[in-house]
Amino acid sequence: MFYGTELNNRLMLGTAQYPSPQILRDAIQASGTEVITVSLRREGPQGEGFRDLLRDSGCRILPNTAGCHTVQEAVTTAHMAREIFDTPWIKLEVIGHADTLQPDPFALVEAARILCSDGFEVFPYTTEDLIVGEKLIEAGCQVLMPWGAPIGSGQGLRHAEALRTMRAHFEGIPLVIDAGIGAPSQAARAMEMGFDAVLLNTAVARALDPVAMARAFALAIAAGQEAHGAGLMPVRDMAQASTPIFGMGVLG
Amino acid sequence: MISVLGAGVAGLCAATALVEAGHKVELVLPDGTPPPVSRLAGGMLAPFCEGESAPKDVTLRGRGAIDWWSDRVPGVVRRGTLVLAPPRDSAELTRFASATTGHRWVDPATLEPALSGRFARGLFYAGEAHLNPVSALTTLRDTLALQGVQTRPAPRGDWIIDCCGPAAIPEDPHLRPVRGEMLELHAPDVTLTRVIRLLHPRFPCYIVPRPANRYMVGATMVESGDTGPVTARAMMELLSAAYTVHPGFAEAQVIATGCGLRPAFPDNLPTIRQDGTVFRLNGLYRHGFLLAPALATDLVARLPLPERTSRQTGTIRPPSQPSQVRRNASTGQTPAQSPAPARPKMTTPAPNNTPNTQAPKQDQSHAH
Repeated sequence: MFYGTELNNRLMLGTAQYPSPQILRDAIQASGTEVITVSLRREGPQGEGFRDLLRDSGCRILPNTAGCHTVQEAVTTAHMAREIFDTPWIKLEVIGHADTLQPDPFALVEAARILCSDGFEVFPYTTEDLIVGEKLIEAGCQVLMPWGAPIGSGQGLRHAEALRTMRAHFEGIPLVIDAGIGAPSQAARAMEMGFDAVLLNTAVARALDPVAMARAFALAIAAGQEAHGAGLMPVRDMAQASTPIFGMGVLG
Repeated sequence: MISVLGAGVAGLCAATALVEAGHKVELVLPDGTPPPVSRLAGGMLAPFCEGESAPKDVTLRGRGAIDWWSDRVPGVVRRGTLVLAPPRDSAELTRFASATTGHRWVDPATLEPALSGRFARGLFYAGEAHLNPVSALTTLRDTLALQGVQTRPAPRGDWIIDCCGPAAIPEDPHLRPVRGEMLELHAPDVTLTRVIRLLHPRFPCYIVPRPANRYMVGATMVESGDTGPVTARAMMELLSAAYTVHPGFAEAQVIATGCGLRPAFPDNLPTIRQDGTVFRLNGLYRHGFLLAPALATDLVARLPLPERTSRQTGTIRPPSQPSQVRRNASTGQTPAQSPAPARPKMTTPAPNNTPNTQAPKQDQSHAH
């Protein structure tokens, strides 16, 4: 449950960089995604032409504060988003470093506190740091979005063991892997590890065939989710024959 | 008589094709019409590079544009396009290569000695070209005037060809604006002779050489209808891209900046829509100079034969566009509103936007 909303499809799609809005729309349809994120910082109030097309998609819109570097920018952008899309949802990004696009955890927690107390339902883009996660929960967030790897890098789950720890630590809190995912196999792995959803953009938007890639991600995420629910077998050090050898003659 | 509304690249190409096909044409520009946005274009004729993010049709139909323009305006520079990436983004070059055709791998310095030692490899699209938008549009307009095409503030034709570009956005729910920003630099320390494209994570960034060490650097892509001046971010990004290509750009003077709105349909492809005796050519997006000739050709094919729209012939140039021959097929008798099957469409320019500084003054000379 993401702030009380149940999602059947656990792929969340970004809407930037597609060859055209039509291809974006086709990708949404092919993947069955239910949530799309939209940036506002740069487009501003006069980006209605594109936003109308997004509203027509029928998806739930998760506006984001991409491109914001300070608490004030992020809070202002969130308010604009709430007015424009009439939703309390906000994906909170406060970028700390222009090169890695790494979140600034201090500004993030501060902005989250302001927005949560103002009635927003905040999806904070954070790192796998447990303490930052706790501070965000304490600020009022009911979802966390740890990065897989730097935005747009396609590196997958760069700190998989740390993410595993995070998953174990925040039992019951919806965790969404956000950013850095390059291949469906990486998304499937995140879901197998027990994450609740995966948010990505570049890997689909910049694929040679974005529509087919969107579908591939949706399939991988569904597979990973189902595998997690089914209970993955533990990894063993030694071979274990699937047919018992009990009763076979032991010679020598 | 056919009235062409708008004198941007769509309108002028349409008027030119119509006159060449023997129609009597007038240009309609109401008083106070702003200069066309197409004057801010890069003027790249890059059907192969554009194929990276556009459907195959853009490549197929855009290929004819180079000859179309060469036959009609001076200064079409056929030196191809060189595509580069900063060393740390060189994987993007591989991706770009796989998404496009018409290229080969090169050592950039063999084509542009000024880039010696800066880039280990690049992609060369030998079949591409560029022109100077302002002088090309001026030439088309002068040629039309010589052929007796008058410019009037109000239409009096029996057929209307609406090429109003972004000015049509408010009335057309399918059109949306995509803001683009550009700079013009004077860089005496840099000598580049062909279009350079630098792969950039957010927009196709290109440097187009113009005479006398001037360079057009463009262009951002923002889903916005804001017509305000170029933003600091855009300027920083464009300048930083130019600097990445050649450090000599750091000493360049910024001669002009510009911002315009590209009219686009959801599929980012232009189209011709007919409503009775009105044809609307719009949605050229960022492919004005590349696709306007094809749109113009399609338009001619959809209109009645010249004897049914006028009695005068003003043809001076032979139609050099092979596809114009199709005209005899099914021209006039299709008042149908049916969306044309393929992608006929034409387009644009006339615009509404204002340049935030004076338009770059371009020489009329023919580049290099």
